[in-house]
Amino acid sequence: MSMHAPPVPPLAATAPTTSDVPTMDVDPFSDEVLVDPLPFHEALRETGPLVLLERYGIYGMGRYEEVHAALVDWQGFQSAAGVGLSNFRRETPWRPPSLLLETDPPHHDAPRHVLEPILAPRSLRRLRERWAAAAETFVDELLEREEVDAVRDIAETFPLRVFPDAVGLPQEGRQHLLPYGDHLFNAFGPDNHLVEKGKARIGAIAASVDAQCRRDVLSPDGFGAQIWAAADRGDITHAQAPTIVRSLLSAGVDTTVHALGGVLQGFLRFPDQWQVLRAQPSRARVAFDEAIRWESPVQTFFRTATRDIAVAGGVVPEGEKILMFLGSANHDPRRWHDPDRFDLDRDPSGHVGFGMGIHQCVGQHVARLEAESLLHALARRVERIEPAGEPRRHLNNTMRAWASMPVRLVAA
Amino acid sequence: MSSSTISPSATLPATPSGQVTLAVVAKTVEADGVCRLRLADPAGRRVPDWAPGAHIDLGLADGTTRQYSLCGDRWDPYAYEVAVLREPDGRGGSAYVHDVLAEGDAVEVGGPRNNFALVPADRYLFVAGGIGITPLLPMLEQAAMLGTPWTLLYGGRTSASMAFLDRLARWGDHVVVRPQETHGLLDVAGAVAAQPAGTKVYCCGPAPLLAAVEAACVDLPAGHLRLERFTAREQGPPARTTPYEIELATSGRVLDVAPGTSVLDALSEAGVPVLASCRQGVCGTCETTVLAGVPDHRDSLLDDDERRRGDCFYPCVSRSASDRLVLDL
Repeated sequence: MSMHAPPVPPLAATAPTTSDVPTMDVDPFSDEVLVDPLPFHEALRETGPLVLLERYGIYGMGRYEEVHAALVDWQGFQSAAGVGLSNFRRETPWRPPSLLLETDPPHHDAPRHVLEPILAPRSLRRLRERWAAAAETFVDELLEREEVDAVRDIAETFPLRVFPDAVGLPQEGRQHLLPYGDHLFNAFGPDNHLVEKGKARIGAIAASVDAQCRRDVLSPDGFGAQIWAAADRGDITHAQAPTIVRSLLSAGVDTTVHALGGVLQGFLRFPDQWQVLRAQPSRARVAFDEAIRWESPVQTFFRTATRDIAVAGGVVPEGEKILMFLGSANHDPRRWHDPDRFDLDRDPSGHVGFGMGIHQCVGQHVARLEAESLLHALARRVERIEPAGEPRRHLNNTMRAWASMPVRLVAA
Repeated sequence: MSSSTISPSATLPATPSGQVTLAVVAKTVEADGVCRLRLADPAGRRVPDWAPGAHIDLGLADGTTRQYSLCGDRWDPYAYEVAVLREPDGRGGSAYVHDVLAEGDAVEVGGPRNNFALVPADRYLFVAGGIGITPLLPMLEQAAMLGTPWTLLYGGRTSASMAFLDRLARWGDHVVVRPQETHGLLDVAGAVAAQPAGTKVYCCGPAPLLAAVEAACVDLPAGHLRLERFTAREQGPPARTTPYEIELATSGRVLDVAPGTSVLDALSEAGVPVLASCRQGVCGTCETTVLAGVPDHRDSLLDDDERRRGDCFYPCVSRSASDRLVLDL
């Protein structure tokens, strides 16, 4: 497409072939890997920068350098063929594709251009005091109890108190947001038992979520109404508006919940880091991003090669799927010192837990403000977070998540 | 890694002034008084992403900084292209580009920023006057990819002074070329009146043309007219070349920042963590509240109103215009 070739040698007869790509036969979506992906990630990184995952006939990348490079190269690694295993060039998506996540320029431009300022830090300032107050009340309630489940009672509850209001959603239907996100992120993987278990209810749930994106049910001051206002200004079409609102509900709930679960698990596993935060609550933002790196709530996304692309000695053929292991890149010792340690003294900047490039999480500032509000309130009021039982993983094809994490909050 | 088509250091690091240093890799004459520059990283890394309608700040060795629309191909992530008109009454910038700037020279590039984005429409009418063709040029291909019908009305003094006529030839009768020497002034009113409802009008060119298009479009619904005021706004070099102070409101500490150091680095060296991501003034992660003082904004995020408000800035690239900046840290 380009009139000027990039400064790289063209693929010639001497170019490496797919046969040079090392193979692995592990199923990255098996329960065993999903429960604890770290050993698989290490094997993947050590096998090579580009690996053929034979089970699905797809390519995988687990090292930071290649994952980062592929994420920013939207020209070579497209999203419009789907960011899951399903190839939209050959298969019909289970729902109308996202106008953000599952598009390429130029179709991606207008929706992104509209959503970015609505979710920018400077637009969120009006929420800062409200969310800080909500977090204070929330922690008051938590401290009335002997034990709480850090997943059900904290990570799931706080975002659902503040985020749907910020979007302007009606009360009716909010209970469908978490199951919707869970199925959506499962559906980026293969059609395994995790996808199967969601199928019976997803039709009704998706219909409920779509109904919450309509203009007439959204409150006049939320993110949703601002998206519809952009349609009135002609920056997007009125037909696009509900699908863009849907992106907030798809990508903004489960991800934040599991990120909060991750940061709380980080403090449980590394209690000294809780004292670091208590001494300096302004580190809440760093703590949250370190948790995004360490836990990587979104573990994987696919891209599709738009041409034959040489990657570190191998070739990804045009039209083939590449699975980028964000969690593995975020634990690559080539990039991170002592990567498995949750460490507030680390600078986590540059992690790929939110992606990178033109598709980087547009809601990241919202997630950070939710986390910062909650962690500030907790750090001020809670001296120690102690385990009160074995935590249990929740399995999802794309997300690293906890089902349960019993804890005792010791008041300061 | 030399055989890889994905570049290992995928993103160019910004300088402390929020710019990237690129080299002029080609300089060609595009029309009478118009030259085209192709700018790329000497190390072959990607340049920051952009979309049609975007412009960059071009900082030249003579100390001037001028804004130019990007007119190249965004599917080529390794270079920017701009076209520069020699402005006889202009300030130094354009004459310097034409007379002095040579292939191999380094330039400082800020941005890109976009105040002229292509939005969805049933149909587009593009109106270009002279060098105002530059931001519209990449929109034509995009409109075609979006499947949206379009017409370009392109005026200029003489056909010899009108850039990119060769590139436009492939679009056939979608493009209406009207040099003033043979056709007089553009019939803007007629062109607008001939459009069906749902057409969005994009115009870039000299002030009289913009005024004519505005007049012709008064009855269009909101958001259907999009103008790029191509009068070059002088962003200028950094507001000060002397050190300044950063005061941290929470602790009362005061840091000295040298002009060659970014505020982010100064904060980091002082042990005050501010989370950052892109370090190019693009992503907004490091946004910091400004309590007092005047920031010297060098980011790609704030619009003119937000810049004037001065209540936040991006320490990865922005600096202080005043002797002291008080931050909510």
